[in-house]
Amino acid sequence: MDFLNAIILLLNYIFVPALTYGSQLALGAIFVTLIYGILRFANFATGDMMAFGTMVTILITWYFQSIGISLGVLPTALLAIPFAIIFMIGYMLFIDKFVFRYYRVNKSPPVQLAMVSIGVMFVTQAVVRIIIGPADQRFFDGERFIIKAREFKEMTGLNEGLAIKSSQVLTIFITLILVSILFWFLNKTKTGKSMRAYSDNEDLALLSGIDPKRVVMITWIIAGILATIGGALYGLDKSFKPFTYFNNMLPIFAAAIVGGIGNPFGAFLGGYVIAFSEIFITYAYKKFFMYILPESMEPETLVQLLSTDYKFAVSFSILVIVLLYRPNGIFKGKVL
Amino acid sequence: MAFFEGLKMTGGYGTGPDIINSCSVDVNRGEIVSILGPNGAGKSTAMKALLGLINLKSGAVVIDGKDITKLSPQDRVRQGISFVPQTKNVFAGMTVEENLEMGAYLRDDNYQDVIEEIYELFPILREKRNQLVGELSGGQRQQVALGRALMIKPSVLMLDEPTAGVSPIVMDELFDHIIKVKRTNVAILMVEQNAKQALNISDRGYVLVTGENKYAGTGKELLNDPRVRSSFLGG
Ligand SMILES: Nc1ncnc2c1ncn2[C@@H]1O[C@H](COP(=O)(O)OP(=O)(O)O)[C@@H](O)[C@H]1O
Ligand SMILES: [Mg+2]
Repeated sequence: MDFLNAIILLLNYIFVPALTYGSQLALGAIFVTLIYGILRFANFATGDMMAFGTMVTILITWYFQSIGISLGVLPTALLAIPFAIIFMIGYMLFIDKFVFRYYRVNKSPPVQLAMVSIGVMFVTQAVVRIIIGPADQRFFDGERFIIKAREFKEMTGLNEGLAIKSSQVLTIFITLILVSILFWFLNKTKTGKSMRAYSDNEDLALLSGIDPKRVVMITWIIAGILATIGGALYGLDKSFKPFTYFNNMLPIFAAAIVGGIGNPFGAFLGGYVIAFSEIFITYAYKKFFMYILPESMEPETLVQLLSTDYKFAVSFSILVIVLLYRPNGIFKGKVL
Repeated sequence: MAFFEGLKMTGGYGTGPDIINSCSVDVNRGEIVSILGPNGAGKSTAMKALLGLINLKSGAVVIDGKDITKLSPQDRVRQGISFVPQTKNVFAGMTVEENLEMGAYLRDDNYQDVIEEIYELFPILREKRNQLVGELSGGQRQQVALGRALMIKPSVLMLDEPTAGVSPIVMDELFDHIIKVKRTNVAILMVEQNAKQALNISDRGYVLVTGENKYAGTGKELLNDPRVRSSFLGG
């Protein structure tokens, strides 16, 4: 019984949250890796672009709510996301046309493009704060829980409850679908393969007649989709605060680099590596040990390796260790 | 007039000095023509000029009587000119078959039968079709590079040092493949370091020195020319 309780405890506080958080990071990390692999620069505007996409989702959600449209048990935001995606694709293509294209045409070095992306980051950040403000916004509606902790306890008779939020299931489910479609596109379609070819060897891609303008455009379209969905899922599950999105860039970049920058499947797995590490290391295991150890050996302390305030230190350490020992990422595999 | 010609081409990289000076080469369909010369002579540059990868100050490039001097590299590929660069001539992170598919990017028809033809020509590629090209040996990679270039069914195939860095046995094998391609009525223009072996399979050859034509002739003539022998063929 105690053993089961211990398992449920870990499921509830580590496994389900980490799987959710990992999915959210994975979408951001694929975004980073795609831009890096094809446009060849580190996009520091990633976090704020995701905030922008989330903001648009929220505004549309509010509009739907105000005119009485809802999805019943599901969050209204799901209905708003497709519209927000269309808007975000427009935004991405706009930024590319008026900012990044100039440097690409002039063959600027990647560092310069990365600096330019910092400029884009500041502008995007400012626009978000002007429109929706810096405060916390909640836009989740519908049924909050699929299983409530109390119901779970009553059902099973265990001490520990397992709570599963609908936003967690939605996040994991939507991420898996989105990522499957993306990998199918990159690996099986002619356009997807041409993007990988362009990322692999730009000169040879040009000699094969692949049109770079088309490749760049499709990259931004995918980026718009990933930024909106990744951001909105994070906001639904936690809450929307622009600053948090900026902060999330550290674990997102860590995930992309752990996965081998330029390798989308690595970035996908990297998201989970980072999420699980962060939560494993910052979780207080006291209760867990109380279940599995005899009473005499019960720990006095929280048995927490690192306080949750330092969770970014985990991503940062992983980032540094990977860059030092496995700069090409911890997974073997093809680049984009 | 030859099928594919570069006429008195002069030009260099960006605003830098001229690398090739009034350089002329031509090749007919079903012919192998080699460009030889010391390192840094401008052989690769001459090929880039023929493909439009550098801008010419003067001179012209003509295919089948049509002046294509003003066309972009991509448009020249559409005219049937395929190029295998000296380095980075494959998509290393993609499979053999995907490399061939990318070679056929400009084709809208069903190119599955062309892939079959390439596999007939290079049987090893059929065996390795689902392997990443980065994991293949040097000689196999060069076959992938050739295969990719052949996917548009080119009328002109330009090869920049197709046998660089492979063993003598593999080199002979690659030359055999190139002869097979020639028999499909393709005009082949290649740059080679292995001058003797290249001239042996070439119908004609050019020797380029500091960006200018120095000697020209049939493969046999150049092989037997004492001046060419002493300076480029190691006596
Ligand atoms: N991308 C480039 N930019 C500027 N100069 C170049 C470039 N590539 C080659 N060169 C110069 O052009 C000259 C001829 O080079 P190349 O055509 O590669 O010679 P080859 O192929 O005969 O060995 C060399 O002096 C080389 O330094
Ligand atoms: Mg060369």
